[in-house]
Amino acid sequence: MSARNIFTRPARLAAIAPYLWMVLFFLVPFGFVLKISLSQTVIAQPPYAPVFDFSAGWTALKAAFGALSLDNFRLLVSDDLYVLSYARSLVVALASTAMLLLIGYPIAYGMARLPRRWQPVAMMLVIVPFWTSFLIRIYAWINILQHDGLLNRVLLALHVVSQPVVWLSTDSAMYLGIVYSYLPFMILPLYATLAKMEPALEEAGADLGASPFEVFWLVTFPLSLPGVGAGVLLCFIPIVGEFVIPDLLAGSDSLMIGQTLWLEFFTNKDWPVASAVAVVLLAVLLLPLLVYDRLQRRQLEEAR
Amino acid sequence: MVAAAELAPPTGAFEPGKAVEPPLLRIEGVAKNFGSFRAVNGVSLDIRAGEFFALLGPSGCGKTTLLRMLAGFETPDEGRILLDGRDIARVLPHERPVNMMFQNYALFPHLNVRDNIAFGLKRARMSRAEIAVRVAEMMALVKLEGLEKRKPDQLSGGQRQRVALARSLARRPKLLLLDEPLAALDKKLRESTQIELMEVQRRLGMTFIIVTHDQEEAMTVANRIGVMDAGRLDQVATPRELYEAPNSRWIAEFVGDINLFQGEVTSRVQSDLTIATREAGTLTASEPHSAISKTMVFLAVRPEKIKLSRHGPAADGEGSAINRLGGVVTDVSYLGGTTTYKVKLDSGVVIRSSMANTTRLDKDSHGPGQRVVAWFTPDDCVVLEQ
Repeated sequence: MSARNIFTRPARLAAIAPYLWMVLFFLVPFGFVLKISLSQTVIAQPPYAPVFDFSAGWTALKAAFGALSLDNFRLLVSDDLYVLSYARSLVVALASTAMLLLIGYPIAYGMARLPRRWQPVAMMLVIVPFWTSFLIRIYAWINILQHDGLLNRVLLALHVVSQPVVWLSTDSAMYLGIVYSYLPFMILPLYATLAKMEPALEEAGADLGASPFEVFWLVTFPLSLPGVGAGVLLCFIPIVGEFVIPDLLAGSDSLMIGQTLWLEFFTNKDWPVASAVAVVLLAVLLLPLLVYDRLQRRQLEEAR
Repeated sequence: MVAAAELAPPTGAFEPGKAVEPPLLRIEGVAKNFGSFRAVNGVSLDIRAGEFFALLGPSGCGKTTLLRMLAGFETPDEGRILLDGRDIARVLPHERPVNMMFQNYALFPHLNVRDNIAFGLKRARMSRAEIAVRVAEMMALVKLEGLEKRKPDQLSGGQRQRVALARSLARRPKLLLLDEPLAALDKKLRESTQIELMEVQRRLGMTFIIVTHDQEEAMTVANRIGVMDAGRLDQVATPRELYEAPNSRWIAEFVGDINLFQGEVTSRVQSDLTIATREAGTLTASEPHSAISKTMVFLAVRPEKIKLSRHGPAADGEGSAINRLGGVVTDVSYLGGTTTYKVKLDSGVVIRSSMANTTRLDKDSHGPGQRVVAWFTPDDCVVLEQ
C-alpha cells in the first residue's frame, strides 16, 4: 500500500468524467438524430417511421437495416434550398468572424496594455452585456433599427440622411447583430493570450531593430495565434448554426441553415430531413476542425 | 598588503594620456521619475570603448532603469545620453546601435535558434548569404553548432542563455547591455559562463555593460564597477579599489564582509591616524588617499585582514603600530579554502576573521572558547567618513 494508490483511483475517475459527459450528452443524442435522419416521415406521433424495433427479433432487425435509406441525404444535395442555406451560413460565418477578428483584436490588445489595475474593469465592461438576456438585447436592436427608431432619428436630426433608411430585415442588420453578440467570445480568448505574453518579447523585437509594425507582425501576432484560433472557433461554429439573429434581423429572401432546419422541423414537421440537415451540418463543421488539428500535429512533429 | 594610497590613481576619472579621447558613452545628469518615485537620480558616468562595466546594486536601486534608458525602453526625464557624441536619449529602441540581453532571455518562442539569431540581421536588411555567414559565426562563438533547428523550449537553461547572447551580439552593436544575464543559471554554470562572457567580450573587443546584484559576479567579469543605491551612483571603481578602498560605510558593507568600528580621530602622526573607539580601544590606521576632514569616523577592516594567534605577533620595530585586540573565539565555520572565526572581544563586540587554510593539517586552528589575539596593521584599515 502506497500513498500513490489512494490518489490514482479518484484521478482516473476524474479523467473519465469528460468522456462520460461526451457520451451521455453528445454521442447518444447524436445517435438518435442520426437514426431519425435515416428514417422516413409519417403522419404519426413521433412523426417518423420507427427504425429499429428490438422486440421484433433478429429477422425484423435485418429487414429494418435493409429499409434504411439515404433518401433524406439525397434530397439535401438535389434541392438547392439546402445547398444555398449551407453556403449562406458559411459565407455569413466567415464574413462575421473576419469582422469580429478585425474589431476584437485591437480591443483585446488595448485591454492587455492597460495598467494592471484597470484590466479587471475593462474585462467587466466586456462581460456586462451578458447580464441582460440575449433575446432582450436583440429586441433592443430591433427597436434601435426600426423605421422610426433611434438610429434613423439621430441620422435625420444630423441631416446625414433626408429619408429614414431601411435597416431592419437587411444583411447589415444581421451582421451588426452577430458582431455585437459574439464580440465578447472573440475578445476574451485574445485578451487572455495577449495579457500573459511576456512584455520583454516585444522589447526584444524593438531592440533587434524591428519597427513597431514589424514587432506586431513578427512577434505579437504570431504569438497570439492560439488566442486567434480559439476566438475564431468560438465564433465561427455557433454563427454557422445561428438561428435567432438572422431570423429577427435579416430579411426572409435567403435563409441560413439554422433557419432551414427550424422550418423543416417545426413548419414542415419533417423530422427525418431536419435530422439529416443537422448531421450534415455537424460534418461540415467537423471537417475544418479535423484539418486544423492535423496541421497542428504535423507542425509539432516537424519541430521535433 | 596594498595601501589605499597605491590603489586609487589608475582607475578614477582622471587618466593622463587617455583623457583627450572622448568616451564611447557619456551619461550626463540622467534622472528618471516614476510618479513621485525617483528611480534614477542624477547619474553621470563615462564608459570607454572596450570596457566591461558592471552596474552593481541591490534590487530597486535604479540600475535596471538606467540600463533600460540606454536601450531606449525608458526616456530620461533629465540629462543626456551621448553615444559617440550623439544624444540618443530620445532615439527609439529600434534605431539605436545598442543591443540588450534580457534577464529571462526573451527568446522568441515561435522561432527556432537560427531564426532567433537572424531576427536582428533581417531587420538590418542584410542579404541571405550574409545572414547565413553571420549566424554560423555566432553559433560557433557560443558553441551551439547543430542546434539551429531547435525551438527555445527544446533547449536547456544554459543553451538558451547562449542563444540570447548570440542574438544580442549578432548585429555587432557598439554597446551590449546585459540585464542580470546569469541570474537564472545555477552556481557552477554561472561561474563558467562568467569566464566565457569575459572571453567573448575580449575577443570581439566590444563594450559591455552588465547589470547585476551579485557583487562576486560584478568583480569577476568587470574592469570597472559602478555601485548604485537609491537611484544614485555612489562609487565607480575597479573591483580591487571598490573592495579595498570603498568610499562609504554602505559600500564597504554591500561589497563583501567587513568589521566596522566607530571612533574619533585623536591624533595624526605623519600618515598614521590614531582613532579612539568604544568597541576596540585605541587603533592606528593609515590615512586614506583623500585626507580625512571629520573627527568622527568609521574604521573598517575586512575579515581576511584580521589574523588570529594565541599570543599576537612578536613586537618588533616595524610592527610597533600593529593593532591587537584580545578576545575569545565563539564560532568556527570551516568553508574549505578558508575558515571564518567569530571572536568576541573583551568589550563584548563580535568581530569576524577569515583565514586561508594553507596547510592540510590544522595545527594552528582555534577552537571555540580559545583565547586569541586578533591583530591587523594600520594599512589593513579603511577610514570612512560616511
